[in-house]
Amino acid sequence: MNFRAVGTIYHFELARAWRTLLQSLVSPVISTSLYFVVFGAAIGSRIQEVEGVSYGAFIVPGLIMLMLLTQSVSNASFGIFFPKFTGTIYEVLSAPVSYVEIVLGYVGAAATKSLILGLIILVTASFFVPLRIDHPLWMLLFLILTALTFSLLGFIIGIWAEGFEKLQLVPLLIITPLTFLGGSFYSIDMLPPVWQTVTLFNPVVYLVSGFRWSFYGISDVSVGASLLMILVFLSLCLALVGWIFKTGYNIKP
Amino acid sequence: MSHDIADATATATDARSDARAHTLQATPTMIAVQGLTKRYASGFEALKRIDLDIQRGEIFALLGPNGAGKTTLISIICGLVNASDGQVRVNGHDIVDDYRAAREQIGLVPQELTSDAFATVWNTVSFSRGLFGKRADDAHIERVLRSLSLWDKRRNKMITLSGGMKRRVLIAKALAHEPQILFLDEPTAGVDVELRRDMWNVVRQLRDQGVTVILTTHYIEEAEEMADRIGVINDGEIVLVEEKTALMHQLGRKRLRLDLQTPLATIPEALAHYPLSLADDGHVLVYTYAASSDEHSQPASISALLNDIEAAGVRFKDLHTEQSSLEEIFVNLVRKDA
Repeated sequence: MNFRAVGTIYHFELARAWRTLLQSLVSPVISTSLYFVVFGAAIGSRIQEVEGVSYGAFIVPGLIMLMLLTQSVSNASFGIFFPKFTGTIYEVLSAPVSYVEIVLGYVGAAATKSLILGLIILVTASFFVPLRIDHPLWMLLFLILTALTFSLLGFIIGIWAEGFEKLQLVPLLIITPLTFLGGSFYSIDMLPPVWQTVTLFNPVVYLVSGFRWSFYGISDVSVGASLLMILVFLSLCLALVGWIFKTGYNIKP
Repeated sequence: MSHDIADATATATDARSDARAHTLQATPTMIAVQGLTKRYASGFEALKRIDLDIQRGEIFALLGPNGAGKTTLISIICGLVNASDGQVRVNGHDIVDDYRAAREQIGLVPQELTSDAFATVWNTVSFSRGLFGKRADDAHIERVLRSLSLWDKRRNKMITLSGGMKRRVLIAKALAHEPQILFLDEPTAGVDVELRRDMWNVVRQLRDQGVTVILTTHYIEEAEEMADRIGVINDGEIVLVEEKTALMHQLGRKRLRLDLQTPLATIPEALAHYPLSLADDGHVLVYTYAASSDEHSQPASISALLNDIEAAGVRFKDLHTEQSSLEEIFVNLVRKDA
């Protein structure tokens, strides 16, 4: 294992985040705060408590998930797309590093960034609403697994994308809608019965539900189902990344 | 190039080149390419069963027209492209089964000026070293940066550098992990004279340290100045591999062009025994001769020609010589081959 190479990629990628601190950290924090103002204060004041939790506090886990998913995907996809786009990827491909090491470096850095971001948003939220975390270790586990899984997904998108349009396509057309419809801002009990069934096909529902359970002990689906779902998704992403490197898809003709 | 390094190298070169000549005879093959084939999904065959041996410590120039397969060949050896068939061993290590050991020895300077725009020179060069698994060594990075006149720019972001400076950084990146083999893909395409000279100096220093250098180039001065051997590749096949001096001797042509004060309709009788021709509607008199390494005979024949031209009453206002480029040489080769 070329740990030095993994560390080198990891630090270089985090340094990139540091250089672009404003868009990496500040802008998600600002947009999350806006969500709190709009959903928490304006709309929340007209919505009763959800399952014993004030609406403002209820949406915090969903909001963190929303940011975690979109940021993981965009960090990781950009992280690998950019060297592919500029051509600097040649160096990584010609270095004595294995595919596992490349993934560890890039995905590890992207996941770290979104984890830090998730925690910052958590702290930001605590200024707006009274927070309670019943199962902090589970919360961290969900946070880490989700950041990792969606960073892997981002990595796959970054390899797949040949241009900036494609890079934006999946986050815009799939991730964001699934997250908004994944119970970030509501409990699925609030939906009409038909949609309650339909929404169970949305994988994000399981992530948000499990994550919210780690905060308030309330969930739409069982915690086991949430954990299983995220592990299935993680395995799928790992398998896809494995296939990419085995075939050299879009990186090594 | 910092002068101290250049001077030090110059004084040490003679002694080293003797030692090198000795080691070259005895050393094994550094890169062994056997039956290497690259077929793309479209069916296009970029490389057709290439066999090529590159010796330890030599400077090997690879020439060929655009699309001949030069970059594909380099890309396969360096791990950027998968081979369809065949085998490459780098210092005895298979580039697929034993890719770590093979790649550790290689530094690659790509043709394209790629760079991480917002990273500083120091960071991007250090990144390269870490990527190859080498322990951080600021002294080595400093040496490399100084030898490429980049030391003063070490804190500059890549985006602020000129094309020539970026090229230097790419070389520094390739040298950051102290490779035994250096690939330079069109290193001097579009760079100024000073950088070209600096680069040659660096390459010479590397050769003196025993580094094997493989370069692709279009410049005759470069191949002539640098290469020990020249390989010509065309249409995915190695057309010829030859010692440079032998190749230049066999195939090089020089032309002396005289811009005449008054145009000539025909070549004067008194000059008929010279291989002369007229160009540009009789405004230019062209003398073609072999650019052999037999340096002593040529000036004599040229001065005799100039005397005879003077005696024949032909007046010229300017003169210059041109040498057929290696590119022309291989174009001729390729034509003959076809």
